Amino acid sequence: MIYDIEYETMPREALEAIQFRRLKATIDRCYASVPFYRKNFEAAGITPGAIQSLQDLPKLPFTTKQDLRDNYPFGMFAVPMENVVRIHASSGTTGQPTVVGYTARDVDTWAGLMARSLMAGGATRGDIIHNAYGYGLFTGGLGAHYGAEKLGASVIPVSGGNTKRQVVIMKDFGPTILTATPSYALHLAEVADEMGVSFRDLKFKYGIFGAEPWSESMREEIEEKLGLVAVDIYGLSEVIGPGVAMECHEAKKGLHIFEDHFIPEIINPETGEVLPYGETGELVFTSITKEAFPVIRYRTRDITSLNPEPCICGRTMARMNKVSGRSDDMLIIRGVNVFPSQIESVLMEMKNVEPHYQLVVDREGQLDILTVMVEVSESMFSDEVKTLQGMEKEITKNIKDYLGVSAKVKLVEPKVIARSQGKAVRVIDNRKI
Amino acid sequence: MKAEQISVFLENKAGRLCEVTQVLAEAQVNIRALALADTSDFGVLRLIVDDTEKAKDTLKKAGFTVGKTNVLAVEVPDRPGGLYDILNLLQSSGINVEYMYAFVQQSGSNAVMIFRFDNTDDALKVIQANGLRVIDGKTLYGM
Repeated sequence: MIYDIEYETMPREALEAIQFRRLKATIDRCYASVPFYRKNFEAAGITPGAIQSLQDLPKLPFTTKQDLRDNYPFGMFAVPMENVVRIHASSGTTGQPTVVGYTARDVDTWAGLMARSLMAGGATRGDIIHNAYGYGLFTGGLGAHYGAEKLGASVIPVSGGNTKRQVVIMKDFGPTILTATPSYALHLAEVADEMGVSFRDLKFKYGIFGAEPWSESMREEIEEKLGLVAVDIYGLSEVIGPGVAMECHEAKKGLHIFEDHFIPEIINPETGEVLPYGETGELVFTSITKEAFPVIRYRTRDITSLNPEPCICGRTMARMNKVSGRSDDMLIIRGVNVFPSQIESVLMEMKNVEPHYQLVVDREGQLDILTVMVEVSESMFSDEVKTLQGMEKEITKNIKDYLGVSAKVKLVEPKVIARSQGKAVRVIDNRKI
Repeated sequence: MKAEQISVFLENKAGRLCEVTQVLAEAQVNIRALALADTSDFGVLRLIVDDTEKAKDTLKKAGFTVGKTNVLAVEVPDRPGGLYDILNLLQSSGINVEYMYAFVQQSGSNAVMIFRFDNTDDALKVIQANGLRVIDGKTLYGM
């Protein structure tokens, strides 16, 4: 089912006309009310008048995470504070947090986008949604919550954590849709298992998972363990939060970008050059309806490609492929580019190996040492040392074969690697470069 | 005639072995025999206990990865050549020992060895056909 049939199935030409009108208004407003954008445009020697069509968008300079940090906390807001009704912020684990704001209309726009997303993921107003995204400064919890209410579904605002209680609620309330990070979904399944509750006996039909990159093989594992159809949702607080793009459960082949609100581009992360449809590069977004916190050509650091092919679900919006990594969590190990998601794929392709892993990078002398820590699950455990050592060797060999990098594989006890509540910590880089 | 052994995955970290024994002590599980195989990174602890299921469940609850394997407890005559006779017999039947360790208690005047064979069923047949005594699980756990 399609929530906003008029916009979501709009012919390309009509969509582009709307996009240009909205883009133009956004650029004018940014130039007039955000000193950063005025300065940035001036430094690039461009004025809003130079944007005569959608094809002119690449003339505008990029906005980066560092720009947002430099304008901490409210310097990027395009409306006076009295018009801002909501503030969210990123966790700031990789530096200063980035702060974003919403007007009442932004909150409503966002709720509408999340309602579209939930419906694309299989939810209807008759569903009960178990929303295990964290509520708070993180956009996941409240984003999904407002979307669920807009859709008219029943939402359980359970947030993250207190996992045992969540299992009891899932058993007693019978929710039919799960919204969570993929790593927390697997954690829920583990805890349920420990409590003697089989996820497959619960009433879940669809799971809408996002906020961290996850692979196709992880999808298979989640679907198998949780007994539901798993779909991918994409978003980032700098653009609006979850609901920027959403996979439809009919095709499960790429995420429809809500292009009537956000214009996507794919660029070469090194040169900044715009790449054509189908080529892989860094995803860049320009918001065209946001009031409080518009972004122009914001570099997401997410690596993906765009697919304009029509989809069996009827939506005309272009699709982005699953994010294959981030250009900034990309590790360079002895000159080889390594994305944690690639290691995950290698692990998932092996029988019995669980996707609970962590990469630790050290530098000994001039040499980078990559250690892949893999948790030993019951299914891969053996009483024979040679079997376990054989598994370590096989993982090492597969990583070498697929990624061309030598790694030291270390088997660790279960639950040593922090995951559960929020995003799994996949990389620890101890190098001082 | 087989006996059950549990195995526990341990990282080579200070205090882990101590924690296993603490968990078992608190659950009132008695360890009858044990052997530890280790590499530079991890170890596998193998245990014969008086209550296999209880030991397995408690250790799992405490967060350990636990496995269960069938082994054979064989009486070995306590004299020079006693072990040789048994191993020679098995080798000539094409059965390999994956690992073995000694049980603490004697059975009469015989020593007791715990064997993990690559083919437990065949090993059992060969041993019994040659008049050697295999101690069944129930007797073993209470010895």
